[in-house]
Amino acid sequence: MSDKSAAAYWSANLRVITICMVIWAVVSFGFGIVLRPLISWIPIGGTDLGFWFAQQGSILTFIVLIFYYTWYMNRLDKEFGVDEQ
Amino acid sequence: MDQFTLNLIVVGASFALYVGIAIWARAGSTSDFYAASRGVNPIVNGAATAADWMSAASFISMAGLIAFVGYGNSTFLMGWTGGYVLLALLLAPYLRKFGRFTVPDFIGDRFYSQTARLVAVISLLTMSITYVIGQMTGAGVAFSRFLEVPSSTGLYIASTVVFIYAVLGGMKGITYTQLAQYCVLIVAYTIPAIFISLQLTGNPIPQLGLFSTHSDSGLPLLTKLDQVLVELGFHDYTGLHAPQSTFNMVLFTMSLMIGTAGLPHVIIRFFTVPKVSDARLSAGWALVFIALLYTVAPAVGAMARLNIITTIYPHTTETGALDLEQPLAYADRPEWMLNWEQTGLLAFEDKAGDGVIRYYNAANPPAIAVEEGWQGNEIVTFNQDILVLANPEIAQLPGWVIALIAAGGLAAALSTAAGLLLAISSAISHDLLKKMLYPSISERAELLAARISMAFAIALATWLGLNPPGFAAQVVALAFGLAAASLFPAIMMGIFSKKMNSAGAVVGMLVGLLSTVAYIFTYLGIFFIPGTNLLPNTAEYWLFNISPLSFGTVGAILNFIAAYITLALTKPAPQEIQDLVESIRVPRGAAGAQAH
Repeated sequence: MSDKSAAAYWSANLRVITICMVIWAVVSFGFGIVLRPLISWIPIGGTDLGFWFAQQGSILTFIVLIFYYTWYMNRLDKEFGVDEQ
Repeated sequence: MDQFTLNLIVVGASFALYVGIAIWARAGSTSDFYAASRGVNPIVNGAATAADWMSAASFISMAGLIAFVGYGNSTFLMGWTGGYVLLALLLAPYLRKFGRFTVPDFIGDRFYSQTARLVAVISLLTMSITYVIGQMTGAGVAFSRFLEVPSSTGLYIASTVVFIYAVLGGMKGITYTQLAQYCVLIVAYTIPAIFISLQLTGNPIPQLGLFSTHSDSGLPLLTKLDQVLVELGFHDYTGLHAPQSTFNMVLFTMSLMIGTAGLPHVIIRFFTVPKVSDARLSAGWALVFIALLYTVAPAVGAMARLNIITTIYPHTTETGALDLEQPLAYADRPEWMLNWEQTGLLAFEDKAGDGVIRYYNAANPPAIAVEEGWQGNEIVTFNQDILVLANPEIAQLPGWVIALIAAGGLAAALSTAAGLLLAISSAISHDLLKKMLYPSISERAELLAARISMAFAIALATWLGLNPPGFAAQVVALAFGLAAASLFPAIMMGIFSKKMNSAGAVVGMLVGLLSTVAYIFTYLGIFFIPGTNLLPNTAEYWLFNISPLSFGTVGAILNFIAAYITLALTKPAPQEIQDLVESIRVPRGAAGAQAH
């Protein structure tokens, strides 16, 4: 793999990591804690959406994030020819 | 058949299964012993990781931890799961590509420094040994409660079983027993949860039941719970209450997340899969298996707490509120209360001498308690572990479900203990012995050394379980703080910063380690000895309002800052190390690293 494509592979990886980490932070620290008052007008089962994110939603989002990242990276690995044969 | 016999049969059968697996999965080489020859299927590894991760505390205590605080303790749920995102995205695939057997091995080789390796070994041993104490005492307690033996006898039995499969099979034996232990613990946890959810809400899925309608009152379950708690003078369930604050919730959640990602006994599980892409996938499966318990736990907590309150106050007024004037008579209490009173986890004291149970918050009594001159809260001991342990009895489930809870609690404790013991023994035999003291050691001798250090680690853990230091309850905070402040930043910089050099890594780890230990000891006492704390552990004395339990995040930030300052003042890592970092960033060639 050339230096140029190695750099492109790594920056594509960093980009998807950044996107996933932003979502990771928004659902947990954001919706679950800091932003809870802002979304408290959305009711869910006797309480508000922030409570759901703190006890259920953030965990479910984490799962989706890891599987998305795995899928994305498998594709990226193939595209750059660095997948494991 | 009585309950005791049933417990004995179920627990005995689960132990026989673990020993059977141990004999089947014997380790023949160091690669078997340290990393199960890197041949573990990613889904199997996910389940093993989940069992490795979920300790006696997760299984027995977490639902109660949430139930007695409510929303504020959601930090544990987010913190102990969010760490897996960090593992999958930032650490696991690259560590797998690097292809070593231990965490200090990565740090030592990447930072081309025996000092860095030694600092990593010291942090690993400190956090893993403190962590294992809780598992061994947990196993002892579970034994004594369900099998009516003294907890020391329970501890010896547990140690013997772990000894058989960990010394014989190493990582290979541990992996497949952890898979079996995961199945036992998740079944044990879920069955009572489904039934309590059905009884309270009519919905068999606890995660949905938590947000459904409470069948008896017709109100949403959480609204009903908020209402009855406030009626009894407790704070409501879904709100945020002092001493918790938004700031410390964020900091504490973050500390748990990066601490989780930095725990060596979790990281080494990702060395066992064949490929880099399997390491990523495996982290996803691990979180699925963990979430099966972690999304059920808050439902169990809320439902069990509501259930217990409505058991004590069975009547309601015309407005639907609890009828505080007609509490349960002590003589009429259900059998599960009677059973758990005998264990001391639940205690009732008839302060008013009127033969009824008055349960309320005496610090903020409801109006009627003041008017009628109630004598105080009469449930004087209400151990949070009861919510899980007594759940099958509260839900009136058959005896074999109660026996499953016993087997599940033991599975949770033993699986975590085994993972920790492997991390400890491999750091000794591989890092200290092979990589530092006696590099020419043969493969066979190293395998023998690994087995001997495993045996020593088990003996030490058993001794510590029998003589737990007074600080046992605090050590989890220390373990997470150290993992967050020392290992996580070092590993991350090793992957994401090509130029990071040995001086930067060593200074960073030491700054993170020492600042965290110093801050925790300042408020919780030197080595947690009561009375030796320099400042009282209350919010007004905390530096910038930071709780000592949340300090891991700050320690990690200090680690990064110290490392980059040192890097700026010294020469960057040599070219061959930078090339090495380049090579671990791409998956291709991971299979070749197996030979190492």
